[in-house]
Amino acid sequence: MGSTAETAARIATAIDAWNNGPVAKSLAKFPEQRTAFVTASDKKVERLYGPDASIFDDYDRKLGLPGQYPFTRGVQPTMYRGRFWTMRQYAGFATAEESNKRYRYLLEQGTTGLSVAFDLPTQIGYDSDDDMAAGEVGKVGVAIDSLADMETLLEGIPLDKISTSMTINATAAILLAMYIVVGEKQGVAADKLNGTIQNDILKEYIARGTYRFPPKPSLRLISDIFGYCTERVPNWNTISISGYHIREAGSTAAQEIAFTLADAICYVDTAIKAGLKVDDFGPRLAFFFASHSDLFEEVAKFRAARRLYARIMKERFGAANPKSLMLRFHTQTGGVTLTAQQPENNIVRVAIQALAAVLGGTQSLHTNSKDEALALPTEEAVTVALRTQQIIAYESGVTNTVDPLAGSFFVEKLTDELEAEAEALIKQIDERGGVVAAIEQGFIQKQIEQSAYRFGQSIDSGDRVIVGVNRFTSGDEPDIDLFEVPESTTQRQVEKLQRVRQSRDSKKVEAALANITQAAASDANLMPPIIDAVREYATVGEICRALAVVFGEYAESHS
Amino acid sequence: MEKSLKPRLLIGKPGLDGHDRGAKYVAQILRDAGFEVIYTGIRRSPEQIVDTAIQEDVAAIGLSLLSGAHNVLFGRVLELLRERGAEDVLVFGGGTIPPKDVPRLKEMGVAAVFTPGTPAREIVETIDGLLAQRPAV
Repeated sequence: MGSTAETAARIATAIDAWNNGPVAKSLAKFPEQRTAFVTASDKKVERLYGPDASIFDDYDRKLGLPGQYPFTRGVQPTMYRGRFWTMRQYAGFATAEESNKRYRYLLEQGTTGLSVAFDLPTQIGYDSDDDMAAGEVGKVGVAIDSLADMETLLEGIPLDKISTSMTINATAAILLAMYIVVGEKQGVAADKLNGTIQNDILKEYIARGTYRFPPKPSLRLISDIFGYCTERVPNWNTISISGYHIREAGSTAAQEIAFTLADAICYVDTAIKAGLKVDDFGPRLAFFFASHSDLFEEVAKFRAARRLYARIMKERFGAANPKSLMLRFHTQTGGVTLTAQQPENNIVRVAIQALAAVLGGTQSLHTNSKDEALALPTEEAVTVALRTQQIIAYESGVTNTVDPLAGSFFVEKLTDELEAEAEALIKQIDERGGVVAAIEQGFIQKQIEQSAYRFGQSIDSGDRVIVGVNRFTSGDEPDIDLFEVPESTTQRQVEKLQRVRQSRDSKKVEAALANITQAAASDANLMPPIIDAVREYATVGEICRALAVVFGEYAESHS
Repeated sequence: MEKSLKPRLLIGKPGLDGHDRGAKYVAQILRDAGFEVIYTGIRRSPEQIVDTAIQEDVAAIGLSLLSGAHNVLFGRVLELLRERGAEDVLVFGGGTIPPKDVPRLKEMGVAAVFTPGTPAREIVETIDGLLAQRPAV
């Protein structure tokens, strides 16, 4: 018996000999299908992996135990043996009435948390009757103009029992304010509310595009939310720092980790500079990643992200509370991997991607529906997507033990490689003066664009096979039933908005809006005046205009 | 040589949708095919897109939209082109567009609709073909 290092070296030598001997001989007769094998992110994959001595020699630093630093093996000690992940299906369309019905349906079917999709005007801060909203009202999510819509949206949903995730960024403070006031009206105090706002503006400049204000005042709004919630809404996840959209825009897995954590670094820095303590707000930071079809790469990505984040929080920011060091995350299966062709195949893709998220230790999961390359999902398609999660949870057995892929020579190696690649990218961003500078220089956008181009080219050349798209095609596609947002949505929503404007006390609204502008020009926390305005039924558009007076508006520069 | 013979194109993102992976990819493959391509960036109004198209004297406009607002916003671009007497500018589109909307868009005057998964070669050939059919300016 030698040391682990000697054993690993001996096996590595044996693998070399095997490659050069029997394998080389067999290759002459039976060549492999490709000259180079790569992951979905174009990372080279070897024929065979052997043990790396560091798994044993450096076990505590690299892996540790579940629920312990560096959290590579998971953030909770018992993981899914204690409780499954939250099955949370992102939904919302048309008006608050229709979306409320869909939420109640999903809860009856066994989802365990709500996830609200807002339409683009709500996300960017335009009222439904604004010219800028033309054609977009109720399309990609539910239209919310004022508290009246939020009251309808959440009717009959007990806010003390259900946690709600809201995909909202530029206007997060306003929608959170509405949620708090609806809670009050239901008799649920703010400190009993559970949920998440995405509130991750940096990735909007990078990839998703629903910014409204320039980066600096946007970051101030985020800090204000951190500060307010630490005191008043302590169980709220005040941000969900998102790699999902970065990946959707075309990044690799390593870029997804790097750019997401670079954003996180900026938020933590900003809050610390605003006078907050890292261990006060750190425990409420949450993350959101994509899960694509390259199963092992995705599992490794989640593990690498956890380890790297724990190190950054500890070493860079001196966080000590274990909850500040944990990367807790939501996962959504990869929207861009869905094909419009042979849509049934998407059910299988989603199952693989969901499995990767579970093997990677996700805290909550949204599974996409088979028809989403064509439209918003039908109720039937959403149900199959939810059932996919339930089958993984209850039938597959993968939840019986914690971090089941740990110790896989391949997965551990990929975990190390992805972590190192992401860390090197973060270093490059640091050298450019941080993530805001890197965005302003177009560095991050360019990196993503280049990865997306390479990926697209690999499909167009046929090098990368997408079943039903560039191989195994079947000619004419049968029609499938697609969901349609009712054509009357805009008109109904605008009528409701007009009724609200007529029935509220316009003097109080004007005063509340003036207070917001005044607070924006000072150092005061913006949450209290926004909550006051929301209570008077000021609209999302009006509140954004009141902020824009001081903050200005952001527009992407482009050639 | 071929490069100078190919006309100038505009790729535009009308409305509020920020998903620009497809738009940027199509812009790049058209550049690879020798076209000069102007990309507007995201969140442009139909007015801004048509203004740019006329100023830059483009032969065609490609509109990309994933939010479902295509019927309204593609229609608005076509309407503005007619109002400005620029109906000779070819309009094509792509994005998350349900198959049943395609005939409706074509009726409106959208010359071609490229839904997800369309090979690059097919996009380039279709646009080449459509531009070749048009009377020389």
